[in-house]
Amino acid sequence: MKILVCISHVPDTTSKINFTDNDTQFDTSGVQFVINPNDEFGLTRAMWFQEKQGASVDVVSVGGAEVEPTLRKALAIGADAAIRVDAVATDGYQVARQLSAVVKDGGYDLIIAGRESIDYNGGMVPGMIAAMTGASFVNTCISLEIDGSKATAIREIDGGKETVTVNLPLVIGGQKGLVEESDLRIPNMRGIMMARKKPLTVVPSTDATTETNSISFTKPVPKGQVTLVDAGDLDRLIDLLHNEAKAI
Amino acid sequence: MSVLVYTESENGSFKKTTYEVASYAKGVADMMGTDVAAISFHANDAGDLGTYGVSRLHNISDSKLEQFNAAAYANAIAQAAKAENAKVVVISSSANSKYLGSLVSVHLQAGYVSNVTELPSSTEPFTVKRTVFTNKAFADTAITTAVKLVGISKNAYGLKENATDCTIQEFAPTLNDTDFNVQVQSVDKAIDKVTIADAEVVVSAGRGMKGPENWGMIEELAEVLGAATACSKPVSDLGWRPHGEHVGQTGKPVASNLYIAIGISGAIQHLAGINSSKIKVVINTDPEAPFFKAADYGVVGDAFEVVPVLIEKLKAFKALNA
Ligand SMILES: Cc1cc2nc3c(=O)[nH]c(=O)nc-3n(C[C@H](O)[C@H](O)[C@H](O)COP(=O)(O)OP(=O)(O)OC[C@H]3O[C@@H](n4cnc5c(N)ncnc54)[C@H](O)[C@@H]3O)c2cc1C
Ligand SMILES: Nc1ncnc2c1ncn2[C@@H]1O[C@H](COP(=O)(O)O)[C@@H](O)[C@H]1O
Repeated sequence: MKILVCISHVPDTTSKINFTDNDTQFDTSGVQFVINPNDEFGLTRAMWFQEKQGASVDVVSVGGAEVEPTLRKALAIGADAAIRVDAVATDGYQVARQLSAVVKDGGYDLIIAGRESIDYNGGMVPGMIAAMTGASFVNTCISLEIDGSKATAIREIDGGKETVTVNLPLVIGGQKGLVEESDLRIPNMRGIMMARKKPLTVVPSTDATTETNSISFTKPVPKGQVTLVDAGDLDRLIDLLHNEAKAI
Repeated sequence: MSVLVYTESENGSFKKTTYEVASYAKGVADMMGTDVAAISFHANDAGDLGTYGVSRLHNISDSKLEQFNAAAYANAIAQAAKAENAKVVVISSSANSKYLGSLVSVHLQAGYVSNVTELPSSTEPFTVKRTVFTNKAFADTAITTAVKLVGISKNAYGLKENATDCTIQEFAPTLNDTDFNVQVQSVDKAIDKVTIADAEVVVSAGRGMKGPENWGMIEELAEVLGAATACSKPVSDLGWRPHGEHVGQTGKPVASNLYIAIGISGAIQHLAGINSSKIKVVINTDPEAPFFKAADYGVVGDAFEVVPVLIEKLKAFKALNA
């Protein structure tokens, strides 16, 4: 089984979000970048398939040279090879086009992406890859088992979950649950050394067409002061929630 | 030409968020000088769609589509969009709509923007505002394709009445076998519980509750308010509560009217996921807890003392205001 894990390189969850160039560009200064959390769960699940079922695991990211440390980290965690598509990621469609080309080229059976990236939160790329390559698609995937060419997956739905079966090739949009939090791996020294020798191939961009275009960014207006209510006067809280906030 | 809205239903009736997407679609249609058509699966009647500005409902009653199936639904929605010659297609942010959105986008070669919070600021070029960086910022985004797909954030636009005569017609899409590659084996869903996605009120608790045995009061408070229960990430990591209740940047997003956070510190990753809730209330022993900076109302106090009293007072309030 050939697995491709799509990795988006995103600001660490604690990052302060600022913009430059007249609010048209994300300000990356002082920002730490990490493997998108949803992709980290998927990568860890892929490692299980590699170790237990002999799958090969490639990782891919669309981005400039700045994403290479993130790909190296994925190699240190245990991926076999990395691919960087040399293109500035501009919208979900353009990224999905690039990744679809990699999928078709490599003949992957299973493509593991994340439910959404925590930067632009589009939640678009996995489904688009599926639609563009003709693979099946399971989103918000919280469990995945593979038996030959057949997959059994659990999908989180509003208010519960759903178990589905589907044949490969398959694209999943994964998230927490695919593996337990405690199973996430931190690269060790040996992994980091090995990662240096693993292939990281840079492939050119295939097509730069986009369908959407972010023009400018704004930040939410700062919140007003909190109204504190005395713990001994909860009638006032109820009154405020009812009459002022109209929330109950 | 028209604006097409995907109106989600459950057991034949429309979900409340459906009326919000319909209201939004009507707003867009007014800007473009056209009307709104809806597409639905197994809706028993047009419900209040007319009240919120929908002129036509294309209902699909194909028995193969009784249960949600992203690929087949996406194909059907795309066919309805083509039949209507729709220039804009509007969907919600439910798990199902987010699942099928990107598939519809590829079918229609329609540029897709999700998490949209407002009506377009202009329709030529078609420009919408969406949240990015998990609610830490907004991006004004133009869609440059002929057909546009807009996914709107829950509770951002609200309900707008616009009485219109709504006619119902049957719609019969042509489906492929490959649309049914993903086969649902079983669904495990609590039928009597409000979901975090649909709830008007969410009662959420964190590590300040000390242990799972103390969740009785959280559940009781939720019951009094008709609320869904939620929790912070460590609480689900520790196995105190199911993973499905974890809210925040890496969990479920919350966009309820009222969010009550009990014994939750208000870490940036938690706040990012619940920020689009309208009114936030925090109950915490520590006046320095970061949540107080993000909340509208706060009580500095011990949850074990405050919550039981609050439950009693709310019961009395509900009895009076029933
Ligand atoms: C990559 C990443 C992603 C993350 N994603 C999320 C996410 O999606 N969602 C999320 O929630 N977290 C997330 N976190 C974790 C987050 O950083 C915090 O650790 C977490 O939110 C803290 O949970 P908590 O507030 O329940 O616990 P704590 O931080 O331990 O806070 C407990 C609070 O309870 C109060 N308290 C104690 N006793 C009482 C009492 N008797 N009555 C009232 N109050 C009391 C304390 O004063 C304290 O403020 C993420 C972290 C990382 C690194
Ligand atoms: N630039 C990228 N390179 C590789 N994979 C990506 C990229 N952007 C998004 N993805 C994948 O698509 C998922 C969803 O991203 P998005 O559609 O941007 O929310 C991510 O979790 C990744 O798995």
